[in-house]
Amino acid sequence: MSDQLCGADGVNSQTGETWVYSDIVKEHFFSPKNLLMREAKEGEFDGVGEVGSAACGDMMWVGIKIEDDRIVDMKWRTFGCGSAIASTSMFSVMLTENGGMMLEDAMRIKPQDIMGRLGGLPKRKIHCSVLADQAFKKAVEDYQNK
Amino acid sequence: MTKTNRTAENGFPVNRREVYMDHAATTPMQEEVYQAMRPFFVERFGNASALYKHGREAKEALADARRRVSHVFGCGSGEIIFTGSGTESDNLALFGIARKYKDRGNKIVTTTFEHHAVLNAAKQLEKEGLEVVYVPVDLDGKVKMNKLADAIDENTVLVSVMYANNEIGVVQDLSAIAKIIRDKKKEWGRGVNDAPFLHTDACQVSGYLPLDVQKLGVDLVTINASKMYGPKGVGVLYVRRGVRLQPIIFGGGQENKLRSGTENIPAVVGLARALELAEADREKEVERLVPLRDYMIKQILEKIPKCVLNGHASDRLANNVNVSILDIEGEAILLYLDEYGVSASTGSACDSSTLDPSHVVVALGHPYEFAHGSMRFSLGRSTTKDDIDYVISVLKPVCALLRKASPINTKI
Repeated sequence: MSDQLCGADGVNSQTGETWVYSDIVKEHFFSPKNLLMREAKEGEFDGVGEVGSAACGDMMWVGIKIEDDRIVDMKWRTFGCGSAIASTSMFSVMLTENGGMMLEDAMRIKPQDIMGRLGGLPKRKIHCSVLADQAFKKAVEDYQNK
Repeated sequence: MTKTNRTAENGFPVNRREVYMDHAATTPMQEEVYQAMRPFFVERFGNASALYKHGREAKEALADARRRVSHVFGCGSGEIIFTGSGTESDNLALFGIARKYKDRGNKIVTTTFEHHAVLNAAKQLEKEGLEVVYVPVDLDGKVKMNKLADAIDENTVLVSVMYANNEIGVVQDLSAIAKIIRDKKKEWGRGVNDAPFLHTDACQVSGYLPLDVQKLGVDLVTINASKMYGPKGVGVLYVRRGVRLQPIIFGGGQENKLRSGTENIPAVVGLARALELAEADREKEVERLVPLRDYMIKQILEKIPKCVLNGHASDRLANNVNVSILDIEGEAILLYLDEYGVSASTGSACDSSTLDPSHVVVALGHPYEFAHGSMRFSLGRSTTKDDIDYVISVLKPVCALLRKASPINTKI
């Protein structure tokens, strides 16, 4: 991870400790986009994926709708901290903005890309956003196996 | 969770309030303490080691502070060592005893849920070749006394058990632990000034529990000022006469050669004043806080589904409320509370620099989920029933909202 992407929080270079979230992170935390506030109905999504566990402190669920290899909808649910919520929200925006991304392109989104759009994340929180793209990849797998 | 979700209809409060509920982290400094400290910054700035007037003023202030602290501990003033923090006092106790008595034994007995100031010092000593036994606690957070007694053998130089836990507020029976050690020493034909010694981290208890060292039967006690409405950056280590320590800071030989460095006169004056005031207020404040604490615990358990109290219900500090809120993550709760003016803390991994969940909640034998969703609310002098009602009024809809977004549904 380049320092440029991780440095937006004013991280202490000695201890690596930090706490501060950028304004974009806060906006996505307090008003998350595409968050599903209920359990998904049977057959509601073309593919679903879940990664993580409550014991690890992060769990991510993703559901996608696909039309002609394009993502027309993506919804998610989480048991996770501020940066997990914000990074998944941003990821969902990236997948669905401008009429939806092609699956092929969406599969190439890296955690760094999400963090870039968020204006950086505290260094120790980076693993949280990895969870969002992992859950998405599982959902795509589920879709392709159907 | 959008703003449109966070409306009065969804149970969110309309009027914002600022509520500080993290007194176990630190307390605001009391005006009276600040006034006591003030003259020692600019006017009476002397170095206590100097012979001339300025030095004598500083030395007198230092001696006076030491005397005042010793009155609260019920000990001689020569038994009070001023340090730079509670952490430093804990380190001095552990390293100081371990190194000084290394030819008498190389084992320390402590518990699994000590403050990191003790745990990480113990871990360092392990790396240096010492044996450390971490005695477990039961589901209520009380040290398992039979396990503790079994762990203390003739090779043990120090037993360190915290007086009250910083996260869950559980109070340990120090007198009973002191008796175990005393009986063993008698059995081994050892005197009071022989190892093993008993150290306790009492940083959370000043102002809530008695610090009388005779009654407690302890040999070393750590406190700091920042949790009792005093300044940050100053601590005390009580060291019973007859107990020897190897210093961890070397230099000009201040503090009876145990803690070199020019004495921080304003800080020790502030600590002494804060301790006196906390002690004078203690019984009245405990009487006021216990019903408030119990009210808050009851409200949370009644109004918010799937909550579990962490720690013993009554053997706990008057100001400590700690609950695990299942299926949601503590840092997310904390950020929402902050948005509504409430300051509290969480045992979630996401809120720690190491990304480890609370070792205290895990030490109780709970699964990791309980630690990730644990919240500590620590009350203090400013806390009122209205504050508690407001916190509940925010916590309830926040938990409901985060639960709706959570894919987890733990069975309890």
